[in-house]
Amino acid sequence: MTATAARAPGFWRRNQQRLTPWLFMAPGLLMFAIYVLIPIFESIAISFYDWDGLGEKVFIGLSNYVELMDDDTFYVALKNNVLWLVLYLLAIPAGLAVALFLNQTVTGIRLYKSLFFFPFVISQVVVGLIFTWFYAPDFGLFSALLKSLTGQEIAILADERYVTYGIILAGLWPQTAYCMILYLTGLNNINPEQVEAARMDGAKGLKLLWYVILPQLAPATFIALVVTVIGSLRSFDLVSIMTSGGPYGSSQVLSYFMYEQALSEYGFRMGYGAAIAVVLFLIMMVFISVFIVRMLSQERNA
Amino acid sequence: MFPTPIQKASPLTQKAYVILLPIALVLWLLPLIGVAITSVRPASDLAAGNYFGVPSGFAGVDNYTAVFRDSPIGLYILNSFKVTIPTVIGSVALASLMGFALSVYKFRGNLIVFFMFVAGNFIPFQILMVPVRDFTLKAGLYDTTLGLVLFHIAFQTGFCTLFMRNFIRGLPFSLIEAARVEGVSEWKIFVHVVLPLMRPAIAALSVLVFTFVWNDYFWATVLVQGSHAMPVTAGLYSLNGQWVAAWHLVSAGAIVAALPPVAMFFLMQRHFIAGLTLGATKG
Repeated sequence: MTATAARAPGFWRRNQQRLTPWLFMAPGLLMFAIYVLIPIFESIAISFYDWDGLGEKVFIGLSNYVELMDDDTFYVALKNNVLWLVLYLLAIPAGLAVALFLNQTVTGIRLYKSLFFFPFVISQVVVGLIFTWFYAPDFGLFSALLKSLTGQEIAILADERYVTYGIILAGLWPQTAYCMILYLTGLNNINPEQVEAARMDGAKGLKLLWYVILPQLAPATFIALVVTVIGSLRSFDLVSIMTSGGPYGSSQVLSYFMYEQALSEYGFRMGYGAAIAVVLFLIMMVFISVFIVRMLSQERNA
Repeated sequence: MFPTPIQKASPLTQKAYVILLPIALVLWLLPLIGVAITSVRPASDLAAGNYFGVPSGFAGVDNYTAVFRDSPIGLYILNSFKVTIPTVIGSVALASLMGFALSVYKFRGNLIVFFMFVAGNFIPFQILMVPVRDFTLKAGLYDTTLGLVLFHIAFQTGFCTLFMRNFIRGLPFSLIEAARVEGVSEWKIFVHVVLPLMRPAIAALSVLVFTFVWNDYFWATVLVQGSHAMPVTAGLYSLNGQWVAAWHLVSAGAIVAALPPVAMFFLMQRHFIAGLTLGATKG
């Protein structure tokens, strides 16, 4: 900044107020442009090419998308993404339930809250390994439990019928912990006078929760919704660790399907991968837009 | 307070609650507890089919030593630190500047820049994968920790900017105005007036970014191939492939990989939760 000032004192003085914020933002904007903004457009462009990542790009128009529309795995992945999205939302009521259970003041409750939050702190790779072990036939704790209940041995992660549910359950574990911590903070900040007033009026239990508490928890619910929806569509780590999309592609999701097409032993199909990424991006942009519009209106009201 | 404080309930209910708490916790952490026990089990237990029972002996020292001796996990952990620490410093620094600009100055495009960064947080990594990998290759940074660091800084700056901007907005603006009246330059206002007040935000973001980046797996597999630069998440996955059925080793490795963020969380719990729940209380 001093260099600019030395070179053109008149210009700097006249425009200081206008330029200052942009100078502050320059490094952040530059990094963001290089690694986030420009790559989005590049990906969209690459999706119209046939490219192995090294050789010449060949323009093929919409062929990647046409092929995608005919690809059975794409529909399996899409269906599983919907399943993830819907079932992942269970983390919100589950998190609220745990938060209500823990929102007490007894000795050691702080430690309990931290330990309940534990699954969120550890990496999804570790969560994936833990649940793979948990589900393992013959010696997994969950399989043993299932066997003693139903008398049947089910290899969850090797069974096309159950595999996606098994992975989603693993994902719900840390996600519920996340929603729990959001709600615990929300409950902490509830207006006690309103609650007391409602109690005076005879409200209690579920009615009190529904009409008095939940409206006050709306900001927490909104954030829980945002992170859960985004998290469900981003699901990559668990699928990669637990099944690599198998058996026979039955636990495939778009994020992993894209990675597999672009960067795996099946060959480097960057254009095709980019096309899958664009589809996923468009799906997520629908949700992102809704969230941004709502945040924008909050911003205007503030 | 909701629900009704347990102290107002009957003594029986109170007792039941206190008993129920540890049971619920054990059930909740059952998968983790199982892994922790497996990690100290002698290998002979697994061979003999003793998977859930009381371990026949304590082999914790053996198993953990074996993990460090027979695998490059020590190197992986070092790599994770080499990626995580510079990322924390870089993204928090850039976001402090961004947050200051976005919260203190009114200018055309302010909200557009802000919401662009917010939206950037939510996009799927896959839309960035091919170009970022290509760019990293061309810049000669593929298979290096620096390549990962630069990407993480750029991406995490989005999240941090959202946090910083809202935090600085909560500071008393009169301080900045008073400094301006005194003729203090904008840069000095940032360094001497605002930055010292941002300490809690910097602490909260540092722990969060540390955890997010430490736990990253996707970019670790996309931008790194060899074990010389591989972070522990990707390393653990490749070890899992080698240690087929050696669950006592896999478990020990998993515990080792999970430890740094867990330690971070327990040391800086208040900041961690403050960062994570930002916005959960507003409105």
